[in-house]
Amino acid sequence: MSLHDCRKAFSEALIALAVADERIVAVANDSIGSSNLKEFQKRFPDRVVNVGIAEQNMVGVATGLANGGLIPYVCGASCFLTGRALEQVKVDLGYSRSNVKLCGMSSGVAYGELGPTHHSIEDLAWTRAIGNMTVFVPADPAETAAAVRAAAAYDGPVFLRISRLPVPDLFPPDHRVHFGRADVMREGKDVTLMANGTMVCRALEAAALLAADGIDAAVINLSSVRPLDRAAIARAAQAGPIVTIEEHTITGGLGGAVAEAVVTSHPVQMKLLGIPGEFAPTGSPTFLFEHFGLTPAAIRAAALDLVGSAR
Amino acid sequence: MQSIDLLSPALPASIGNIQAAATRIRRHSLQMTHAAGLGHPGGDFSAADILATLYLSILRIDPAAPNWPDRDRFILSKGHCSGALYATFAEVGLLPPEALATYMKPLSMLNGHPDRNKVPGVEANTGPLGHGLPIGVGCAKAAKILGRDWRTFVLTGDGELQEGSNWEAAMAGAQFGLDNLTVIVDRNGLQQGARTEATVALEPLADRWKAFGWNVREVNGHDIGALLDVFQSIPFAKGMPNCVIANTIKGRGVSFMENRAEWHHHVPTDAELQAALAELTEAAQ
Repeated sequence: MSLHDCRKAFSEALIALAVADERIVAVANDSIGSSNLKEFQKRFPDRVVNVGIAEQNMVGVATGLANGGLIPYVCGASCFLTGRALEQVKVDLGYSRSNVKLCGMSSGVAYGELGPTHHSIEDLAWTRAIGNMTVFVPADPAETAAAVRAAAAYDGPVFLRISRLPVPDLFPPDHRVHFGRADVMREGKDVTLMANGTMVCRALEAAALLAADGIDAAVINLSSVRPLDRAAIARAAQAGPIVTIEEHTITGGLGGAVAEAVVTSHPVQMKLLGIPGEFAPTGSPTFLFEHFGLTPAAIRAAALDLVGSAR
Repeated sequence: MQSIDLLSPALPASIGNIQAAATRIRRHSLQMTHAAGLGHPGGDFSAADILATLYLSILRIDPAAPNWPDRDRFILSKGHCSGALYATFAEVGLLPPEALATYMKPLSMLNGHPDRNKVPGVEANTGPLGHGLPIGVGCAKAAKILGRDWRTFVLTGDGELQEGSNWEAAMAGAQFGLDNLTVIVDRNGLQQGARTEATVALEPLADRWKAFGWNVREVNGHDIGALLDVFQSIPFAKGMPNCVIANTIKGRGVSFMENRAEWHHHVPTDAELQAALAELTEAAQ
């Protein structure tokens, strides 16, 4: 199974959009390389706005570009883009309903050994708390490209949380994204695994392991964290317990969002897998996934535990 | 607000007419603050002449089509001076005058800080300081990218320049050669609680802007003729952004408000309002 860095699909989709639509511009914080924008810059040198290492200004400048009728894709490491510029994200984008696309690169613990300064495990909690924001976490290259296109077609602020960690193809190349709609990746009646981003492929592997255990697990891709597909979550809750899996703190992220929906529709037992409200120790992303139980085996164990206690 | 004055119809923008509009902006904004029980009259008054000059004579806007794509952009970075902005909007027909009476009332479109989704003509939602200039850099850069000739003006407070985001934007504005961008600093010397220089000093302010690559002019921010001369000579130099340091007086126009830090957000009593309106009426005659 070949694995891919979603930043490649991101930049290819952005170039294709820019060819067709002169309003598309890229905004960077000295992040041309890390956001995989070199080819975009070569093709459209006048449509790259590099503000230097200045994230507050970057989001403000993007707001002004949108005011002028352009569609800016603001590309930077997610940890700095969201954390450093959070007030601009709240006021200039969310509250103002500016047509700006925030593209948080190398999110989660992708920067591994560089440490918690460079991890972005709070960005979903921050951005989904802000009014008017659309928050989307693609799981593979096709979904990443589709999300880039869907963001351009949507008039309003969008946060795309993109990883650099290798993931397999899960969707066909012509996949289409609908903000607010969950994808049922696998049907199942005993337990539902809900994940997004880098965790979707792991949830599917866990479901295969559970099948060997005689447990019929559903897998739902909740790439759209906001708006949330509350109907899909309610249907899953009626079927049985839910495990959420996210490359994010379990405080306020995907698990939190699902729990908020479940307790107001059909309360059901849940397990929230992710980073449990602490800063990660030193280690590679692979090490950290093992450390925090974000592997197919650990997901399987959590699901078995939940199904066992439900029976 | 029962006591709000009737507005004069739109008049040609002579210096006298701009001065008269600025006086009405002061009167209306103070009445609005009084009625709302909230507001920032000191800064409203220091900015009134700048706002009147821009909106009556400089900005290329169409009140009948506030989202006209090629309009000039004005961003009030000191968003707490919304009272003066709304009163200015009423002067030029961007707001119906009767709307001013709803300032900060429940469900009013006139929030304490301007909201572009509620008030046509507002370009940016401001309030937290240090947001306006980065957005202005983006508006000006968009004009360059698109090859359009709209101009962008950003009015900042002076204390606001303690926010670092302004200097990030200042560097970018110079790097991008944005001669279509003008920052106007309302240099009244006072921030919320004290003089700027006694808090975190801004001087030498002109030299700082120059060092950041901006072409700087200083002007008396209450001299309409001087403001017109400066604004009409923009761009000061090709390829460089423009900075106008407008030396102003907080609370300008009312003797007991001038240069008093407490009038940053003091709400006038009934007696203070009447005394202030009397002084402003006298000034208008």
